[in-house]
Amino acid sequence: MTAQAKRILGIALVTVAFGVGVGLYVGIYLTAAPGQASARISPSGAHLYLATVPAAALNDPHPTWVSYYAVNPDGSHWRHDTTYVLPAHTLVQVTIYQYDSATGLRNPFLGQGEGLSGGRFTLDGKPTVAINPNLASHVFAIPAFGVSVPLAGVSANAKNTCGNAPCTLSQAHTTTTFSFRTPARGLYRWQCFVPCGAGFIAGWGGPMQTVGYMDGYIKVV
Amino acid sequence: MSAHSASPGAAPGEVNHWRRFVLWWLVLSVIGTVIVVVVLAPGMPPGNGTVEASGQVYDDTVLLGLSTPVALGVIVFFVYSIVAFRERDHASVLEGPRITGDARVQTWWLVITTALVIFLAAFGTVELEKDGAGGGQGPNPLSTPPRGTHVLQVQVIAQQWKFTYRWPAYGGVETPTLDLPAHTTVEFHVTSLDVIHSFWAYQLGVKADANPGVDNTAFVTTKGPLTFEVHCDELCGVYHGYMYDTGHVVPRAQFASWISGQEKQYAPATKSLPPYAHAYFPAPTRRGG
Repeated sequence: MTAQAKRILGIALVTVAFGVGVGLYVGIYLTAAPGQASARISPSGAHLYLATVPAAALNDPHPTWVSYYAVNPDGSHWRHDTTYVLPAHTLVQVTIYQYDSATGLRNPFLGQGEGLSGGRFTLDGKPTVAINPNLASHVFAIPAFGVSVPLAGVSANAKNTCGNAPCTLSQAHTTTTFSFRTPARGLYRWQCFVPCGAGFIAGWGGPMQTVGYMDGYIKVV
Repeated sequence: MSAHSASPGAAPGEVNHWRRFVLWWLVLSVIGTVIVVVVLAPGMPPGNGTVEASGQVYDDTVLLGLSTPVALGVIVFFVYSIVAFRERDHASVLEGPRITGDARVQTWWLVITTALVIFLAAFGTVELEKDGAGGGQGPNPLSTPPRGTHVLQVQVIAQQWKFTYRWPAYGGVETPTLDLPAHTTVEFHVTSLDVIHSFWAYQLGVKADANPGVDNTAFVTTKGPLTFEVHCDELCGVYHGYMYDTGHVVPRAQFASWISGQEKQYAPATKSLPPYAHAYFPAPTRRGG
């Protein structure tokens, strides 16, 4: 093979490799979709189990960011999914295991639950209408449904606290349960209203502005 | 303007292009202006849901009505020139006569357009001063309702990514949705708890910036029942596009019932609210947990 032929072959190989790389990059970008967790359907209705943690798992791209997770009813099998699939026109019962400490709400109004079946939620088993807004750690809100629930923070003096996901129910946490009725099929969004993005201006950056941490979508099917 | 036969002073026997152009322009302007003012303009946004919205439609109608002949003048001159002065015999293309100015045309052009612009500036100022045109006027509004007008104060609180509304006349209750009484002058006080937003109640004809720590006042006088959309009109973060809401203008009795229900429903939250103020500087300013 002549020197010129070698040069042409080399250029061709590099070009092909570059093209394949670009194609893969674009293809992966276009086909990548955030993971989703479906509500568990049982004779008593649809159930969704979630957890919030002070920091995502250590192998997460952002292991210092606060985040929501989907979990099993017993608080195990943590999945970093923030798209939740719910059946349409159904009463959905939600349980959230909350492992983070309090940050407080900038708008105290959001310390009261709204849009809930029965007009209240339970905090550690106790029926509740509102919490002290300064003790809120996070909020689970679906504005399009008119649903908003404050999640009380773990006491600052609590022992055996959890740092990074995954956590266990034996660690300090609060449990909030509530239910609401889903509307017709559609894609909706949910979000937290507590400025909980540590290390960002006023707590509103990072996980608060990135889908997959303190916000996501509700896919009603 | 060409100095040859197209000029206003065409020689006998020659086509008077100037007269033709003016005639075309006059006829089309009359037709076009009537169509714009009578047919198109009344259906323009934001509609006639409030006094201010109607005022905006009226202002836009005047502006469109006056600018239609101007636009048609340009279009007719352009089209007429293409048709009348097109050189069909390419072989005979020669250097034409020298182009010179025409003092009369230039003078009239300057006089008419200057008068038009000055009139529109004066008209716009008067209209804006009259009632604020539904725009945010800051903390010290210049255009306020006549003295003695009953005004309902509503505070609009923007936050990522939701509007809430506070009612100082009803115990300072805060509500997640906005209903307004019909045939009432409303004084919006728009503010934000975090970043820059904009309160745009489209069918009400109201748009006011929502800035943290700032009180932005806007007035609107409602008419009959109406469903209106509220959008954030300032890019404010990842869910800016989802920051919208639907409000209603309802009969006064229905409003009284609604706000009474809201006072009861949100009594627990009202206890935790800070005293009503025109702007808030809430804690935490950073994550504390």
